[in-house]
Amino acid sequence: MTTLSTPSSKSIRSREQRELGIAIAFLLPNLLGFLLFTSGPVLFSLVVSFSNWNLQQTVPFRWVGIENYVTMLHNSEFWLYAINTFYFLLGMPISVFGSLLLAILLNQRLRGIVLFRTLFYLPSFTSGVALMILWKSLYNPDFGLINAAIRHISDLFHLVITPPEWLLSTKNVLGLDVEHVATTRAQWGLGARDAIIFMGIWMGIGGNNMLLYLAALTNVPPELTEAAEIDGANSLQTFRYIVWPQLAPTTFFILVMSFIGGLQGGFEQARVMTNGGPAGTTTTLSYHIYTKAFEEFQIGYASAVSWALFALIFVLTLINWRFGNREATY
Amino acid sequence: MHSKLRNACLYALLTLFALTALLPFLWMALTSFKPLEEVDKLNPLPSVWHPENYRKVFEQIAFARYYFNSVFIAGWVTFLTCLTSSMAAFAFARLRWKQRDNVFRLYLATLMIPGVVTMIPNYTLMVKMHLLDSYAGLIVPSAFSAFGTFLLRQFLLTIPSALDEAAEMDGASKWQLFWEVIMPLARPGLITLALFTFMGNYGSFFWPLVLIKSEHLRTLPTGMLFFDSTYGRQTNLLMAASLMNIVPLIVLFMVSQKFLVRGIQMGAVKG
Repeated sequence: MTTLSTPSSKSIRSREQRELGIAIAFLLPNLLGFLLFTSGPVLFSLVVSFSNWNLQQTVPFRWVGIENYVTMLHNSEFWLYAINTFYFLLGMPISVFGSLLLAILLNQRLRGIVLFRTLFYLPSFTSGVALMILWKSLYNPDFGLINAAIRHISDLFHLVITPPEWLLSTKNVLGLDVEHVATTRAQWGLGARDAIIFMGIWMGIGGNNMLLYLAALTNVPPELTEAAEIDGANSLQTFRYIVWPQLAPTTFFILVMSFIGGLQGGFEQARVMTNGGPAGTTTTLSYHIYTKAFEEFQIGYASAVSWALFALIFVLTLINWRFGNREATY
Repeated sequence: MHSKLRNACLYALLTLFALTALLPFLWMALTSFKPLEEVDKLNPLPSVWHPENYRKVFEQIAFARYYFNSVFIAGWVTFLTCLTSSMAAFAFARLRWKQRDNVFRLYLATLMIPGVVTMIPNYTLMVKMHLLDSYAGLIVPSAFSAFGTFLLRQFLLTIPSALDEAAEMDGASKWQLFWEVIMPLARPGLITLALFTFMGNYGSFFWPLVLIKSEHLRTLPTGMLFFDSTYGRQTNLLMAASLMNIVPLIVLFMVSQKFLVRGIQMGAVKG
């Protein structure tokens, strides 16, 4: 308030009432769209998840209670897709750490930094179907650039390396089995899931997270780092004890957002690059929901899976929040 | 001398990362000019350059149509999103009413709702409204953004409130205040939101994929998918199409990176 006289509480109240009507008018377009396309649908899909609704109408509509949820939990495919979804989060720490590293590099006082920032950011703002088609051809086991390079290098050093089959292989760095929830030696290696993770790191590392870290780094008060240097701290110590704690809110924000995004992700990659295969190993929960709803038309079941995913994201975000806040106060 | 060595090392690292980012694009560009026999070969440069690959893309699929659809749809979504978000942001930032900040928090909480949850009901809603396979079905559901409201509210809060009082003294209505005073000052924030919205919707894939059946309504991403599954063996043409797909984004980024970078950094500060 810039007025000098303090308005009485009565005049504030009458003003609030007067402006409420105007506020509703300004909110109306957004609010209507929001009710129609967000909050309404959320409730609608919860209701539908208790039914057997099928768009092809081969079976009569009826309420089935929690049957969809029971079917889902007894379905071994669902668990494979849940594991896949979590597997794809493995790239997150590398990606976030890499973003920080790039931001530190860009934060040095050097000429041409804007050019480098643009080049680092290029994969992120052009990411989408076009780049996934590009990577699909890079990963081709016989003709792709990546395996050609591996073969070239192994010839050069007279090594015998069998290049990975990439998008065609069920192997993975954890050696997870496809049929059972277990690890086996036979599945150990590099396969489709890892290929998608590597591509994700390439696309995301120089993206928004890097820019957020860059902004946070420029906001660290120079007095703090200068004081540390005067006290004889080396640059690693300055970073560990001065800069890193200052970056904590940014790191927390980035981790929570990557987590929420990651659990919902994998749809485009699966649809464009692998059709969810091989043997379902790149099918994430969101791609599973898509195939159930829009290829098999089982709207009821797909809604149940989407609510399970929603609940999972919600609970894990709450836990994150708790944990993150404790870290911050510490 | 010491700092010169340090700078050289830094430049070496920066260049290494920049090349890693750039190499796939370079391969895409070079492959797009190769004859078909050479796309599987390792020679980086085509033995004979084939710029007509680009013409062939337009002959084999309705690429110009996909271009138009993508820009047309993203343009409309951008316009409507800016309009609805700025009005809502005005109510949250420049008007005083009971429970305003609680309602705003509720708005923010909805950002957590995963897209997959609303997608199925929205699809059935489009079926009921007979908007399957139409421009309106692609545009309308995307025109209301909680994120946009949030971004613009943050921006409007930075404009001094003395302006509102001065406008009130002059007898301006709230609509005049919004349209003639606040909106012109909010231009940088609006440009940022417009860029985000346009770039996001230009590449949107899921919604057109489920909603559109007719070929003439396909957008670039869905058109590319169709091209890949039908003519996927012609890697050179596929790469030409991919490159043409991302060129508008690169141009847009080049002319507007100041706004984009600031917007990304602003959106998270108070997040």
